[in-house]
Amino acid sequence: MNRQLIWIARHSLAIALCVMFVAPVGFLLLTSLMSDAQALTSSYWPQDWHFENYKDVFAKTPMARYLLNTVLYAGAATVFMLLSSVPAAYALARLRWRGQGTVLVVIVCMMMIPPQVTTVPLYLMWANWGLTGTLWPLVLPMLFGDAFSIFLLRQFLLTIPGEYLDAARVDGCGEWRTLLRVVLPMARPGIAAAALFQFFYAWNDYYGPLLYTSENEENWTLSLGLASFKTVHHVQWNLVSAATILTMVPVAALFFFAQRAFVQGVTLTGVKG
Amino acid sequence: MHHKLRHGLTVASFMAPATVGIVVFFVYPLLSAVYFSFTKFDLLTTPEWVGLRNYRHMFEDSFLGTATRNTLWFVAVMVPARMLGGLGSAMLLTTLKRGSGLYRTIFYLPALAPPVAATLAFVYLLKPGVGPVNTALGHLGVDAPLWFNSPGWSKPSLVLLCLWGVGDVMVLYLAALLDVPTAHLEAASLDGANAWQRFRHVTLPHISPVVVFTAVIGVITTLQYFTQAAVAASAASGQATTGAGISSTFGYPEGSTFTYPLWLYVVGFRYGALGYANALAVVLFVVAFAVSLLLLRRTINPERAS
Repeated sequence: MNRQLIWIARHSLAIALCVMFVAPVGFLLLTSLMSDAQALTSSYWPQDWHFENYKDVFAKTPMARYLLNTVLYAGAATVFMLLSSVPAAYALARLRWRGQGTVLVVIVCMMMIPPQVTTVPLYLMWANWGLTGTLWPLVLPMLFGDAFSIFLLRQFLLTIPGEYLDAARVDGCGEWRTLLRVVLPMARPGIAAAALFQFFYAWNDYYGPLLYTSENEENWTLSLGLASFKTVHHVQWNLVSAATILTMVPVAALFFFAQRAFVQGVTLTGVKG
Repeated sequence: MHHKLRHGLTVASFMAPATVGIVVFFVYPLLSAVYFSFTKFDLLTTPEWVGLRNYRHMFEDSFLGTATRNTLWFVAVMVPARMLGGLGSAMLLTTLKRGSGLYRTIFYLPALAPPVAATLAFVYLLKPGVGPVNTALGHLGVDAPLWFNSPGWSKPSLVLLCLWGVGDVMVLYLAALLDVPTAHLEAASLDGANAWQRFRHVTLPHISPVVVFTAVIGVITTLQYFTQAAVAASAASGQATTGAGISSTFGYPEGSTFTYPLWLYVVGFRYGALGYANALAVVLFVVAFAVSLLLLRRTINPERAS
């Protein structure tokens, strides 16, 4: 009897928490389907369903441009990061060389230092190169390694049994061939996790686009556009809600496709780190 | 010798891009920030050496006092709140057998929500007057606060927002809790240990690396707290201007959400006091570095690669 009560109590608590976790998005979704006027009232179930709000967001705001910019930023950042960070992670995890430990410490430091510390000198550098106002300052550095991704990938590559690498080397593979032929296929989950983190980071990033593109609305991303939404439309909460939902959907969709890789990535950085 | 050279070239080919990145995008700007912190300049002038003046100015900058106090408040409240929330929900999940996968997904998902979107959702949810939360509180006969529009409640509102996204911390605790050997817990039970004693003497020592990790990462991310504070202030004030001018609403209401990094941003990019902004950056660096040393000492074990 007592045991059943505890079981009920635990599940009730879990369900109550679920409701609290879902409610903010639930209300947002309902609001996004209301009329402009109803969104300003305290009735939360749409009186009529205004699915056209989602069309209006694209018609009345530069949503399409924000979306395109965000996809470009997140996509390019992810591809660039993989090109530069996978080899670096391999060298740190699987090769022995002088200065390896020092480089690893520097990379961990880079992960820990708040981005605001280097903001001003970096901004001046990009301004010198005439690239402020564009997304290049956020994308180009990814061609030169991303500290967090290198660290995550290194942790993953350490888990691959050394015998596979030795076998490849005995067969006469050079290190690059070993990486491409043997390690990459085995490291797919780790690479997927790093790619997802990078994509989400860029998709969600507000500080970077604010810093570099706020002067040029052509290059705004979703985060930046969303934060300045009601300037154009005086607090049209139904449209703001629709735009907010649209920003969240790709993240949720990607998560469901790659849930496993993702959770694995989270625990890899934390527990093993 | 030839072999050694070849090996060196191989390593260089793997590490070259990242090395350039470390130097150009980290070491160089970090050293520049230190140098610039002793100078005075803006976007149009060249740096002029002023010694320690920027650092002395900090003590006369009353707004910096407000911003620092706000950031310390966030560190003192948000970090423990997220750790307890994450640990609590993870422990709940480990006791549920049926449906725990579904619960885990639902608990975790909000952590992925884009911060700007999540902040807007909470500003809407907690809107004074017609927001769902205050409507519900009104039905219960509770005198509802003004949340993001009240200087006393704006910070607690942001704490609610950060608790909504507690899933990332929870996943870490969940992995650690599942690693606690059940045999030890059972042995403790047989010895007559109650639930608290089992937690205190068996579970906690096992998960302590994750506790340290979440504490240090929590402090460091909270020291950078920027986006949610900026967006909540502009959305709640209802007078947001464009992205470039958004700083005019920073801190709303009454400076209660003005954080240290927000002030750094405003000093540098709105007032153009780039020397002083760099001095603020150097102080932030020293604090963040000191905190991360706690973790670094643990992480960098002399682990040798194959």
